Amino acid sequence: MTRYIAQRLLILPLLMVIYSFVIFLIIQAPPGDFLTAYVATLASSGSSISADQIAALRHQYGLDQPFLVQYFLWMQNLLHGDFGLSLEYQRPNADLISEQLGLTLALALFSFVLTWAIAVPAGIYSATHPRSLIDHVLTVINYVGVATPNFMLALILMWLAFAYFDINVSGLFSPEFVDAPWSFARVGDLLFHIWLPGLVLGIAGTARLSRIMRANLLDELNKPYVVTARAKGMREWRLVLRYPVRLAFNPLVSTIGWYLPALFSGSLIVATVMNLPNIGPLLLRALINQDMYLAGGILLIYSFLTIVGTLLSDVLLALLDPRIRVES
Amino acid sequence: MPLTRIAIEGAVNQQTPLLQVRDLRVSFQLDEGVVRAVDGTSFDVMPGQVLGIVGESGCGKSVTMKAILQLVDRPGRIDTGEIKFLRSDGETVDLVKLPPRGAMIRQIRGGEIALIPQEPMASFSPVHTVGDQIIEAILLHSHRWEQGGRKISKREARKITIGLFRDVGISMPEQRVDAYSWQLSGGLRQRAMIAMALSCKPRLLIADEPTTAIDVTTQAQVLALLRDLQVKYNTAIIFITHDLGVIAQMASYVVVMYLGRVMEQGPVDAIFHAPKHPYTRALLRSIPSMYGQTRVALPVISGTLPHPFNRPPGCPFHPRCADVMPACSVGVPRLMPVGDDQLASCFLHHNEAEPV
Repeated sequence: MTRYIAQRLLILPLLMVIYSFVIFLIIQAPPGDFLTAYVATLASSGSSISADQIAALRHQYGLDQPFLVQYFLWMQNLLHGDFGLSLEYQRPNADLISEQLGLTLALALFSFVLTWAIAVPAGIYSATHPRSLIDHVLTVINYVGVATPNFMLALILMWLAFAYFDINVSGLFSPEFVDAPWSFARVGDLLFHIWLPGLVLGIAGTARLSRIMRANLLDELNKPYVVTARAKGMREWRLVLRYPVRLAFNPLVSTIGWYLPALFSGSLIVATVMNLPNIGPLLLRALINQDMYLAGGILLIYSFLTIVGTLLSDVLLALLDPRIRVES
Repeated sequence: MPLTRIAIEGAVNQQTPLLQVRDLRVSFQLDEGVVRAVDGTSFDVMPGQVLGIVGESGCGKSVTMKAILQLVDRPGRIDTGEIKFLRSDGETVDLVKLPPRGAMIRQIRGGEIALIPQEPMASFSPVHTVGDQIIEAILLHSHRWEQGGRKISKREARKITIGLFRDVGISMPEQRVDAYSWQLSGGLRQRAMIAMALSCKPRLLIADEPTTAIDVTTQAQVLALLRDLQVKYNTAIIFITHDLGVIAQMASYVVVMYLGRVMEQGPVDAIFHAPKHPYTRALLRSIPSMYGQTRVALPVISGTLPHPFNRPPGCPFHPRCADVMPACSVGVPRLMPVGDDQLASCFLHHNEAEPV
């Protein structure tokens, strides 16, 4: 087991190098560069910049270098822990990202926990009471949840909260706490505001997860080992939790790997709509303005999370299922 | 063995039955229609007796057993009938009337009536060790092991499990306790299953085709083991199989079922040497013999099992019966005595039909 994890960790740097190359290739793919986008912005606001100045800037940022040279320079800096300078904000990318990363992670984890806390019990109830009224109600909610785009849901909920409860739910903080230093009051304010975006982000995942849980558990409930356990004289709910639920869990655990990064990238549109201090809008802006090193840095973090998430779900799966653990 | 059998039979006749199944009916409400899986089955099990139930696949053997334990799954339902069980405290309860999730049936399940299922591989959870699953059963019915009202601990339950493994002939029991079912061979798995069924000293053991999933050599060992344990603990066994050879080895009394009804029942010698019902006779004819001619087709029962939605009227066996008479498609013959201790439901032997 330890060996298995060590092996996976050793492959991690290699994967990161491959991902970084692909990421660089993609963010360089659109025509033009940061400066063409910059000139266009300036032009639209009525000011202009001379061709000489542009050439000088292009040289200064190294944008006139060939693709591979630019890539190696970027990698060289990355290996020294330097994410480079944002061309647009003229600030270190590391600062820009780390300012947003904490709250992004908090939101993603909150929504993840919420998803599982709702989906698993709902799935278990549906599977143990198939075709009951509550099962039908949950099924309808699930289909609506999967089918509604989450930004749409965000808009509706924001409108409802504002129109009927007079609460402004955009952002993660009340106005007086946005720039305040951390304190218990600010944490409390965060916890008050995180519910709605957490729910919005998690709703589609919750619906999908509870459908998977229901289907898996229905399968497992028909297995002979359930009859054996009943024939032992176990209490029904204890039996269900101890045997079939445990086995129905395995396919769910293997989804954690892609679910974590999906929460980050999925938050992009919602975060923009709900004005959340989140890494999503930062990435969107960086991509639009071709602020390539900022976008590259964020995408690298996404890739890292994907790899770590996959590793995490594999390890969890091995802990949960001796058939995987013993054989590997 | 015949001597013990006679001894048991002799003792049996004066005793009250351990289990009395009377006119049991179980049906499944499916979208396509109603399937009457068990359609008026009656039989008795005496304390310490080995009762063989034989019949083709789908004749309602397993559903009857599930009904005894109140384990019939939706959309199945026990419609009518009685299953009277003599509990160890001397009280008789009708298992049909117990709520399937109630405390009393849970005490009886595993504690007084235990099940040895058909497929030992699928019947153990693959993510728990076999020891864990047996220890759990012991702790659920810990009062059956208690001495002086003291609760037994998990460690003691583990010791009991190791002892049981030794009893059922599992070598290296200390290591095997911590094995997962998929790490054991088919024979060991079934032995572990038997250990689990015996773990709470049940008075009735239901063995549902316990040897179908294992090869012939191992099968012989498992049967020998069950016979030894039966003599040692004097546990009554209901032995379900479609293998008449196994019945001849194991059972002292035989019930022959077809389409959810009892066709014939009686002591094993009577059933094998003086079968009364044409179905029993046909079954016995289709056993391959050591002395038979080679390269000659075995006699078979003509026709096929009717589709469950399409039960024939009258006697369920009449479309395939060699001795069919006009009355057979009109009335359903009752199970009536046709000799000493032998009963058959066939108009060849009596004229009693089920009330419509």
